[in-house]
Order: sequence, then C-alpha cells, then structure tokens
Amino acid sequence: MGKQTVQLDRVIIRFAGDSGDGMQLTGDQFTSRTASFGNDLSTLPDFPAEIRAPAGTIPGVSAFQLHFADHDITTAGDTPNVLVAMNPAALKANIRDIPRGADIIVNTDEFTPRNLTKVGYDTNPLEDGSLQSYAVHPIPLTSMTVEALKGIEITKKEAERAKNMFALGLLSWLYHRPTEGTVTFLKQKFAKKPEILAANITAFEAGWSYGETTEDFSVQYEVKPAVMAPGRYRNMSGNLALAYGLIAASQRAELPLFLGSYPITPASDILHELAKHKRFGVMTFQAEDEIAGIGAALGASYGGMLGVTTTSGPGVALKSETIGLAVSLELPLVIVDVQRGGPSTGLPTKTEQADLLQAMFGRNGEAPVPIVAPRSPGDCFDAAIEAVRIATTYRTPVFLLSDGYVANGSEPWSIPEVDSLPDLRVQFATEHNHTKADGTTEFWPFLRDPETLARPWAVPGTKGLEHRIGGIEKADGTGNISYDADNHEKMVRLRQAKIDGISVPDLEVDDPDGDARVLVLGWGSTYGPINAACQMSRRKGSSVAQAHLRHLNPFPANTAEVLRRYDKVVIPEMNLGQLALLIRGRFLVDAIPYNQVRGLPFRAEELAGVIKDVVASV
Amino acid sequence: MSEAVELGFPSLRLVPKAEGKQSAKDFKSDQEVRWCPGCGDYAILAGVQSFMPELGLAKENIVWISGIGCSSRFPYYMNTFGMHSIHGRAPAIASGLAITRPDLSVWVVTGDGDALSIGGNHLIHALRRNVNLKILLFNNRIYGLTKGQYSPTSELGKVTKSTPMGSLDQPFNPVSLALGAEATFVARTIDSDRKHLTETLRAAAEHEGTALVEIYQNCNIFNDGAWDPLKDAEHRDSLTFRLEHGQPITLVDGSRGVVRAADGSLQIADVSAVGTDALLIHDVHSEDPSVAFALSRMSDPMSLANTPIGVFRDVRRTPYDALFAEQMAAAKAGGSDDLATLLAGSDTWEIT
Repeated sequence: MGKQTVQLDRVIIRFAGDSGDGMQLTGDQFTSRTASFGNDLSTLPDFPAEIRAPAGTIPGVSAFQLHFADHDITTAGDTPNVLVAMNPAALKANIRDIPRGADIIVNTDEFTPRNLTKVGYDTNPLEDGSLQSYAVHPIPLTSMTVEALKGIEITKKEAERAKNMFALGLLSWLYHRPTEGTVTFLKQKFAKKPEILAANITAFEAGWSYGETTEDFSVQYEVKPAVMAPGRYRNMSGNLALAYGLIAASQRAELPLFLGSYPITPASDILHELAKHKRFGVMTFQAEDEIAGIGAALGASYGGMLGVTTTSGPGVALKSETIGLAVSLELPLVIVDVQRGGPSTGLPTKTEQADLLQAMFGRNGEAPVPIVAPRSPGDCFDAAIEAVRIATTYRTPVFLLSDGYVANGSEPWSIPEVDSLPDLRVQFATEHNHTKADGTTEFWPFLRDPETLARPWAVPGTKGLEHRIGGIEKADGTGNISYDADNHEKMVRLRQAKIDGISVPDLEVDDPDGDARVLVLGWGSTYGPINAACQMSRRKGSSVAQAHLRHLNPFPANTAEVLRRYDKVVIPEMNLGQLALLIRGRFLVDAIPYNQVRGLPFRAEELAGVIKDVVASV
Repeated sequence: MSEAVELGFPSLRLVPKAEGKQSAKDFKSDQEVRWCPGCGDYAILAGVQSFMPELGLAKENIVWISGIGCSSRFPYYMNTFGMHSIHGRAPAIASGLAITRPDLSVWVVTGDGDALSIGGNHLIHALRRNVNLKILLFNNRIYGLTKGQYSPTSELGKVTKSTPMGSLDQPFNPVSLALGAEATFVARTIDSDRKHLTETLRAAAEHEGTALVEIYQNCNIFNDGAWDPLKDAEHRDSLTFRLEHGQPITLVDGSRGVVRAADGSLQIADVSAVGTDALLIHDVHSEDPSVAFALSRMSDPMSLANTPIGVFRDVRRTPYDALFAEQMAAAKAGGSDDLATLLAGSDTWEIT
C-alpha cells in the first residue's frame, strides 16, 4: 500500500532521549543507511558527560542530529525538520531549536505526570496547545514495542529497551532508508543473544509497518542520492579517521606506531581504535597518567618508533613540560589534542577551539611547535598524515588540533588509494658526520640538515653513534652541554627558524565571484559552518571569499598576501579570538573576530548574518 | 635491529653482544664530570663503569635515562646512548623505549627527590608493570641540585633551608615503597662499598623485569655524613644486616640476628641467646613479599640501626615488555595487515 512520496533536497533529523535510550546507536544506524544510500551527510552527536544522569531529567538528555541531502553539505544543519523526543525531558531540552512547522514525534508513554513534573512541565505540552504550531505525532512507542514483542522470551524491561529500534524503523520508513544494513548490524551485535536479536529486529520491522499503516503519516519523503565525485565511499567519523591516518602514516613511514596515552574524553576512542590494530605493528600503552603517556611516546620516538600521544586540553596542560623536552631534544612526536570546552574540566563532551594558544605558546621558554588542524571528520585522516610528515621530516613535536565536533561527527569519506598516500620514509643516521682537525671522525647529534635544519635521528643500537642528549641547552653541532650566552641565542633562533621554515602548502581562497572584498578566515572544525554560511551569503547576493587554515604554525607563506587582498577579514572561532590575536599580531591585519563558546558548532545562518553585516559595511 | 645472542643475563638475552673485550675506559665519555669534589656519585659512576664490561653488551645497545637532579647528570658521563630528561619522568620515558626496543639494555638513574617526590607515580607504576628496566636510585636524603632542601627520605625534624624549624614530613622508605608497589626486584647498597655495589648491580642486571636498586649516597655539601654510621669501621658491622640468599640474617658482626616471634612478626635477638638454628634464613625468591617488607621496616630512620643491605626480593614474573611482545605477535599471526582493506571497512558504496 503505497503512500504519496514527497521529494526533498535535504532533511535534518534530531533523535533525542534519555542517556539510556540508545539515541547515539539509533542515530549511527540511520546515518549508516543514509550514507550507503548515497546522500551527502553530516552528523552532530550531543551527549552529556555523565554516563547515566538520573533518568528522565534534562541533564540526562542525549541527542544525535543528522543532516542529509541530495547535494554537497558541510554542516549538521542549524534547525531540525524532525525531532524525535523519547520523553518530556528530550522535548523540553530541544524544543527551542525546532522551527515552527517541523515534525515532532513523541513517545507518549513517557509523558506521565511524574515525568512531566520532573522536568518542570506544569501541564502536558501534548495537551495544552503549546505545540500547536508543530506537526506533532504522538505515538505510544514503548507500549507498541512491548505489544509487538509479545511471544518473544524476554522481560518487559528488555522489550521496552527495544523502543529505539521501533523509532528507527518508523523513521527508516518515513525517509525511504534501506533496511538490510540495520538488520545485518543487529545480527552482529546480538549474535550471542538470539532473543534480544529477535526483539530488536521485530521492533524495527514493527516501526516500519506502523509507518505504512498509520494514518498519522500521510506522506513518505525521499531525498535522492547526492552528486559526489566518483569513487568508493564509506561513512567516517573524525576519531576513526584520525586513528586510520596515524596507521597509514606509520605504514608509509615504515615506522612502527607507538601510542602512549591516558584515557580522556573526547580522545579515548583513538586509543580504543589503535589498540585493535596490533597486526599493523601498532603498539598502544595506557600509561599511569598524561605525563607518562607522552613520556613513553617520546621514549619510543627516541628508539626510532613513530611516537604519538592522544589527549584533550587538560591533558595537554600536563604534557607541556615533556613537549618542551621534545622541542629541546628535536625528536619526532605527534600530540593529538581533541579539544573540548574549557577551562579546567570544562565541558568534556562539548566542542571548543580554545586550545590554539595553549598549543602555540603553552610551554616555558621559546618552544615553537608546528600545529595542524583538520577541518572535517574525514579530513582528520589527511591531517594526521600531514602531522606525521612534519614531525619526522623536521624532527619536532607536532600538534594535531582536532575537536569534539569533528571527532564525533561523521561524513561520507572517499576511500583513498594506498599508493596515492605520501611516501614518508625517513633515514636514520648510520655513520659519523663530522671530521675533527686530526682527521678522525665523530658523530655530532646536533649537526643540522642545511635545508630543513633537522638534526640526525640517531637511534640507540647504532654502532659508533653513542651520544647523550638532554633538556639542558646544548652546543650547536656537538650537542654537549653548553651554558654559553652566544650559543643559547643561536640555538633558540635555530629552533625557531626550523619551525618557521617548515614547508606547508599555500592557503587557498574560495572566491567564486572573484570580486569579494570580505574574506572569512577560519581554522579547524568551523570549516563546515563557515562554508555553508558563505554559500548562503552568495545565494543571497553577497560576494564573500573563504579561506581555511590547516597549518596554524607556521602559517602558509602566502597568508599575508591573501589577507591584504581583502578590505575586511572576519574570523569566526569557537573561542574568544585566539586565531584573530595571532593574525593581528603576525600580520598587522585588523581582523574582525566573531566568537562563540557554546560547546556547539556555529549555526550557518547566524554566520551568514554576520557576513551580511560586514559585506554591507565595506 | 641486530641479531639476538644468548647471554648469561637472561634479562639481556635479546641485546647484541660486544665484539671485543671491553674495559671500564670504554664506558667513560669525553665529558668532564661536574659533580662536587667528594660527591658519592663519583664512586657509583666508577663502580658502574667498571661493572659494565662484565655484561659484555654492545655499548651502543645500552641506554641510560635520567630525570633531574645531581644524580641525573649520570648519562652524560657514560659513553653509551643516553638521555637527560625532565624531573621525575625518566621511568616513563625509559618504559616507552624498553617496551619498543627489546634489543636494548635500559638503565634509569634517579635520586630520592626525582624518583620519590615529583616522579613517585612513574616509579610505582614502572615497578608494578615490571618493564625490563634497571633503576638506580641514589638516595642522599637531601635536595642537592636546588641547594639543600629536605627530600622525601629526609628524617623527620630535618632542619634545612626550607624547614628552618625542622621537617614535618614522615619519610619514605624506598624499599618498603617498592615492595608495596609489586616490585619483583628490590635491593639496597652503599656508594662507598664497591664490592657490594658491583654484586648488587650484577643481581639487578640478571633480573628479568624492573629492578630497583637503592644506593645510599653521600652528598658532602648539603647532607654530609648522612650514612656515616653504616660506613665507619667502628659502627657499621653492628648496625648493618647483610642480606644474602640462603644465609641466616644477622648483623655483619654476627652478634644479633633476625628471628620470627610467636605472633609471626620479625624480632632481633642476640644470637648467643637464641642459637643459630633459630635465625631466619633469607629467601630472596619468596613469592610472599611480607618477610622482605618486614625486613625493610627494621631499620631506624634516625639512628640507622638495623639497616639491611643487599637484595630484599628477586622473584620471577614475566616482564611487561615480554607480554606486550607476545600480544603483538599473536595479533600479527591472527589477521590481515592490508591497509587498503582496513581503510575500506565493511560498509562501502560506489559512486560512478
């Protein structure tokens, strides 16, 4: 029995429920089906730091937003077209983001007086008319699920827990999503629990059938596959891409990867992922603390491994001294900082870009460290490879600045050919490099490559190259302890010159109209919202250029030239103006900062408004 | 890396052997030693340099890693690979190196401040993990490099620059701490006793896993004579217990010995009164660390009376790095290492 099908070019769905309702899993599954259907997509998981906050409360609400379209999109979307609210708390926590006219699917079973009171509803919003301007679909999801699962040998509680699959089935029907993938996923997940498997599949199918039969939904929607570049695709989240990028870099460098790490949100998933891949020679070490994590990684680098540590902002603070040591030792090391809201513990599960200056300057002394930042989930793969390239080529610690938004978000990812990845092989020192006046030779650990200024990487076990290195200032060339004033001045400037001289690609500018007088400059995960805002502005007739920095230290060589091309430069950041401070200080450009620290990505429409005002002012 | 060779030292069996005969001179670097004249560190350095040839290892496969403090300058003076790192972190850095490079013999040099104060966390976790590291803890009961503040092993009431009215801190007993931290090898020796120092280094080198050697070391500038009662010929034999595996535990002069009391605790008794048969026989290999712990508690931190010297504990537990290597090998045997397969995953779609 077919219903009318309405074509849409894009849809934004937000699943919201209690932390224990399985909203992240539901969102993930809908995303996977959407990805394999061929839509372009972008996701935004938004969950509390507490594992299980008290049930039915606002702090316990966990949400997952998915934006999918028949065209290229770069954000998880500003305002949902559909809200799935599994309880009153989910409705209350999300209703202010929902535009009038949107569909709201609610689980009426949870709208009990007690649950309503718990979140401060004096009257039932489903009955008091406050939702009149929305298309509300009241569905007793829990009881319908329990009813559908009669006959399966499980407890009532287990039956109730399958309600997220009922919701997923309904949404899958509503948006014409393929079902096979979800069934396959459930079969794998519950392979050892046949009753639970049967319950989940039955609930999923019941949800689908409900959509077909109920009169509450008169239409079905369809979002055609997006036109994307030819190739093989998969759905990819940022932390996974980052882990894969590190493995790929290790393979291309022919250096075993050693991760020294301490669990911290939102970076732990990289540790979990890498721990699965020992067969690629990936070694993971869960250390006693953040300091030991980076210490072990540095020890491994000293031994000729690809040393990596993963953390978030608070962990970087603890690792600072070791990063300084790595600067002084001039050994390769990658420090992954998946930024979260700060200061201190801050907002562990929310995103922010406020560690830029910590990465740039957060050490004692003049201790320059290159910084690379991915712009999207899939881009974490390439950014990780780039961080490894810089670390190994220039024998330096490198910051890879991801954040909670790109780490947990996902998008379709064009699977690269392994052969197309850069060759990162390095040459260890094997012989003496200095001839003394008497004609004998010796090894100088701090004799630099004239082009890169990198020192030799001489690993223990190499005959004839025995030498000592340390955090004390060392004499240029020999590496022996030196307290000489002129030598210190020289070494500080050499270390700075090495980082300043790192070869990075030029900054590219997207200015399709060619006549823009305003440039929007960003870095890291704001790429998506800025890009969407620029496109929005252009559609409305404003000429605007976009440039996005992957390299924050050193800046691309053409940065000054790009900045000077425009009358105004706007810098949106999820901090209080850290890149803007660097740009002003470095280039004397009176950049206009636009800042938000809400723990959430920018809304494209809001940025478009900012752009409009600036364009109007030139 | 280089091919492994079988050695007399099981913990070093994967480390390549030296090609020719070595001497202490081979282990002296060209750097001028800059400790204060008279410092106990000189004796330890000389002891280590003369012991190293006994290992017969390729010296490029030996690495000394240190933290910060007077003792931590040690690596600069050894003609091997070495790293002078940051305060307290040497065990962490050395762990990363030792885990990834089983072909290296990795030694950590640290002090009472470096290991027990700022680096306490890394020390206890290195010990419980049992990574193949040898840790030499130079204990002089004072901060030397920062010019004379009390340390975590300074005695209660210690008057120093930072404690003009006396230290209020209960000191650590490094041996007790190590035993509590699941250490598999714990020993104590004295800087000035070359023979005992060498014996202890040998035992540590032979041990598979983390070995902690506490070395009583004199700081002649800021805490001169801290260990004198255990060194001067007049008193030492009546204050020191020599721990030797399989031997009764007695003071060096033989006058008193350790017996087990009716309540199970250890007591010190006159040997003439209890007879030699009643004396406790030292067993370094005892799985139960309680006797070793009890022995570590006998000494008086103020007078140094009843101080045991020697190996307290030396038990076999597969080192972390060996278990780590086993997991790596098992994983490599059990799955594909094709990068393209990994990147593609199982759920892909094609756009043409």
